[in-house]
Amino acid sequence: MAALVDLDLDVEPGEFVALLGPSGCGKSTLLRLVAGLDTPTCGSVLVNGVPALERRAPVGFVFQDAHLMPWRTVLDNAALPLELAGVPRAERREAARAVLVDVGLEDATSRLPAELSGGMRMRVSLARALVGRPRLLLLDEPFAALDELTRQRLDDHLRALWDRERTTTLFVTHSIVEAAYLANRVIVFSPRPARVLADVVLDLPAARTAALRGEPGFARETRRLLTALEQGDG
Amino acid sequence: MAERLAARIAPPLLAAVLVLLAWEGLVRALSVPLYLLPPPSVIAATVVDQGDVLLRGTRTTGFAALAGFALSALFGTFGAVVLSASRGLARALYPYTVVLQTVPIVAIAPLLVLWFGPGPRAVTVAAFIVSVFPVIANALTGLRSVDPALRDLFRLYGAGRWRTLATLSMPSALPHVFTGLRVAAGLAVIGAVVGEMVAGYAEDAPGLGILIMTAYKQLRTDLLFASVLGSTALGVALFGVVGLLGDRVLRRWHASAQSDPA
Repeated sequence: MAALVDLDLDVEPGEFVALLGPSGCGKSTLLRLVAGLDTPTCGSVLVNGVPALERRAPVGFVFQDAHLMPWRTVLDNAALPLELAGVPRAERREAARAVLVDVGLEDATSRLPAELSGGMRMRVSLARALVGRPRLLLLDEPFAALDELTRQRLDDHLRALWDRERTTTLFVTHSIVEAAYLANRVIVFSPRPARVLADVVLDLPAARTAALRGEPGFARETRRLLTALEQGDG
Repeated sequence: MAERLAARIAPPLLAAVLVLLAWEGLVRALSVPLYLLPPPSVIAATVVDQGDVLLRGTRTTGFAALAGFALSALFGTFGAVVLSASRGLARALYPYTVVLQTVPIVAIAPLLVLWFGPGPRAVTVAAFIVSVFPVIANALTGLRSVDPALRDLFRLYGAGRWRTLATLSMPSALPHVFTGLRVAAGLAVIGAVVGEMVAGYAEDAPGLGILIMTAYKQLRTDLLFASVLGSTALGVALFGVVGLLGDRVLRRWHASAQSDPA
């Protein structure tokens, strides 16, 4: 059975787009297609006008779990993409150190993944995705396995980093609140096979702070997303 | 620390002492003939008396076992890398590595003598054949159980086959490789002793396998026991060294390597 049907989607450079849909609907498949990890059975995926499979521009990818190399320190885990790109050791370590500061892990650089909490591990994973200064950042329900508080904190981190870098970001989630809080635009998917139910540009202020979650405007936007999602159940 | 160590060593030590005492007592009480079952005290006296011969025998066997083990570690790991490189190759060849596992070494030892001549070379090959399979099997399991997400990530960042092998697959497989090596360590000693029984020759320092056969033919059961003791010590020593090495290397891999075994 096809995972995605009649999908036609354009994302502009610098956008923060959330892909919202029920679990298992095919959002992750879409993300893997964009990353060039899977080949579409029909249709095409272009990144910067080039087929995703032939892409050479740096892409950052964050999985549902941290997926770190357990024998490597936080620093060397974060530096991996640069290492694979052939960046000299001193240079890539410096870059990794800088990006670990960005995710608030400057004190943990020499620790091993087994010594970290789940939230910290996820931050290392995020740092690893960001270290190569990717043009495109792909996140596949990255904080879904974390507790609510840790998850909100990481959302804040991610949004702050996007505010600074304006990296084009695709964020897969099944949480309406998370989608509304993080993104500027939300694509709502139906259950499998995924169709686009709605393409919503959120009417929210650019600055996202914890206070936003309590405001009427935020409640209005989440209701819009919920209504769009519920169409798919009918 | 010292207390915990004592608590771990005391029970098995006590068990050994009790068994030896019972053995000694029973053999004496029932006047079991020496050639059938010598009491521990007689065996101990033989160990001291024949210490020189036993030590040199243990060294001869130890070298052959160590060489066979080294070959297993080298070719076993290499073989696993080759097999993991292609599904087709693995499907074609893996069944034959199982043959290595199941062929009785005693049965092919004469062949080894024909090919390598009697002596340490044939014995080393015997140790190798007996001990290589667990290395291949475990290393292969390790190479195949690499985190698929990390594989994807390496693909995403354009890492080639060799780069992925060296940076991801081999380090990921290392805990499994050491599991295989620990098993292989004990088997290499067994292979060497059995190999000597068929393929060894009585050079100036006959190995434990030859000592065992000689003692058996002369009904020197005490010397037989002493030689068995030597080969057991050899196996435990090799196993222990590999185990320690593994714990050291793998300290970073798994929290399990740090925890106390019960």
